[in-house]
Amino acid sequence: MRISTLAYTFKQGFKNIFRNKTFSLASIATIGSCVFLFGLFYSVLLNFQNIVKEAQSGVAITVFFDEGTSDERIQEIGNEIAARDEVAKVNYISEDAAWESFKVDYLGEYADGFENDNPLAGSSNYEIYMKDVSKQPALVTYLESLEGVSKVNRSDITADTLSNVNVLIGYVSAGIIFILLAVSIFLISNTVTIGISVRKEEISIMKLIGATDFVVRSPFVIEGIIIGIIGSALPLVAVYYIYNNVIAYAVEKFSSLSDILKFLSVDEVFYTLIPISIAMGVGIGFFGSFSTVRKHLKV
Amino acid sequence: MIKMEGVSKSYSTGTPALNNVSLHIRKGEFVFIVGDSGSGKSTLIKLLLRELTPTEGRIVVNKYELNKLKRRKIPKFRRNIGVVFQDFRLLKDRNVYENVAFAQRVVETPTRQIRKNVPAMLSLVGLAEKYKAKPKQLSGGEQQRVALARALVNNPPILLADEPTGNLDPRNSWEIMKLLEEINKRGTTVLVVTHNREIVNAMRKRVITVKKGIIVSDEEKGEYIDED
Repeated sequence: MRISTLAYTFKQGFKNIFRNKTFSLASIATIGSCVFLFGLFYSVLLNFQNIVKEAQSGVAITVFFDEGTSDERIQEIGNEIAARDEVAKVNYISEDAAWESFKVDYLGEYADGFENDNPLAGSSNYEIYMKDVSKQPALVTYLESLEGVSKVNRSDITADTLSNVNVLIGYVSAGIIFILLAVSIFLISNTVTIGISVRKEEISIMKLIGATDFVVRSPFVIEGIIIGIIGSALPLVAVYYIYNNVIAYAVEKFSSLSDILKFLSVDEVFYTLIPISIAMGVGIGFFGSFSTVRKHLKV
Repeated sequence: MIKMEGVSKSYSTGTPALNNVSLHIRKGEFVFIVGDSGSGKSTLIKLLLRELTPTEGRIVVNKYELNKLKRRKIPKFRRNIGVVFQDFRLLKDRNVYENVAFAQRVVETPTRQIRKNVPAMLSLVGLAEKYKAKPKQLSGGEQQRVALARALVNNPPILLADEPTGNLDPRNSWEIMKLLEEINKRGTTVLVVTHNREIVNAMRKRVITVKKGIIVSDEEKGEYIDED
């Protein structure tokens, strides 16, 4: 394609938006509504995932050792555990550290009565934090099989609940995204069909003059992409302000739950929401115009 | 230039729109195709533009064998034919200059060339002054002249005019026909499908009469033959 033709094609793409103002506004509104709903849903979903992730990172498995296990063996066990993929972090708590922590947390001045005794002797342990708590049963089985390990403490209920919540969020997200996409495609194909019927004559004239499919299609596709970008950028601005205000309100209103409800900042959400939404808008604009023009190219 | 051999075209409804039609139009000829509504004239035009393919027979236009023409080669073939329609088919939202330039842009003519060609073509059809006007600001005759300029700006060897005077008063009709004659004198093969008996009879050109899908007469310096 010549540079002058390319420039003309871009110019026509822009001009088409203003030539068919009603159609352009209808398309922007349609894409905008879908991206707006998607943006709201995505923000909520990301926060849910974050809350679950925070909760998961606090779930620990504790491993105790047989009496008389050497420091070297304990070190070896620690290295083997840390080397596993599903393990995020391993902390070694020596019996002395465990007793010091217990004294501070629960005994205070009464601890003096124990003098140099350590009632927690033999309680050295590893605290293991996992990347994915759904893999807890497999890790526990592995830990129990290790030589020198006497006991493995874990919370099956917490791990199961969190795993299930994660799976549920996955299904619900997939369902809602599917419904949103189906609704968008339906609305957009209707809008584009109405818009294109106005241009049917223009397309047929172009074809009879001897324009290739590429030349006929290009201005429509560029128009679709521009509409897609505008249609996705506008709702993002709305979602930005709504999110910021809702989070500020929630943090203030539920300050007592701040340990459990850790909301993501607007920047963290928009870091991924902006490229996804723009890609959605561009994709819908591109495929919407591309496929609809194709129907009218057989002249 | 144009050759049809034993061409038939049937639609799914049954009766053939064209039945075993053969004709030969030489380079530089001016030919009228006449006939009533439903006689098969429109089908003939669509076949020549490769909007349709024949059910039977062979069509060759400017060395392009249309039966064998691949879909991706149709645009290049159509650049050999300028087309003018009864309803002008101008782009209503663009001015006269843009309507004519549009034909050059779709065939990727360089902009510098377009700036030379379009005013020259508008002068030829007598609309150089009105290059900024939108179609709705023009009379029917002027709109048809814009359509003619658009059809000719790519310098096609063949011009196909489908009822070019159908929406025009007698004075404008004659002006358009004079222009077509002028274009023909410059070497373009001109095919005019029309109902206009007065013009056909006055111009004394080759006349092909189509009736119920069959060519019933083909005469040099012919006349419009009554159907009944």
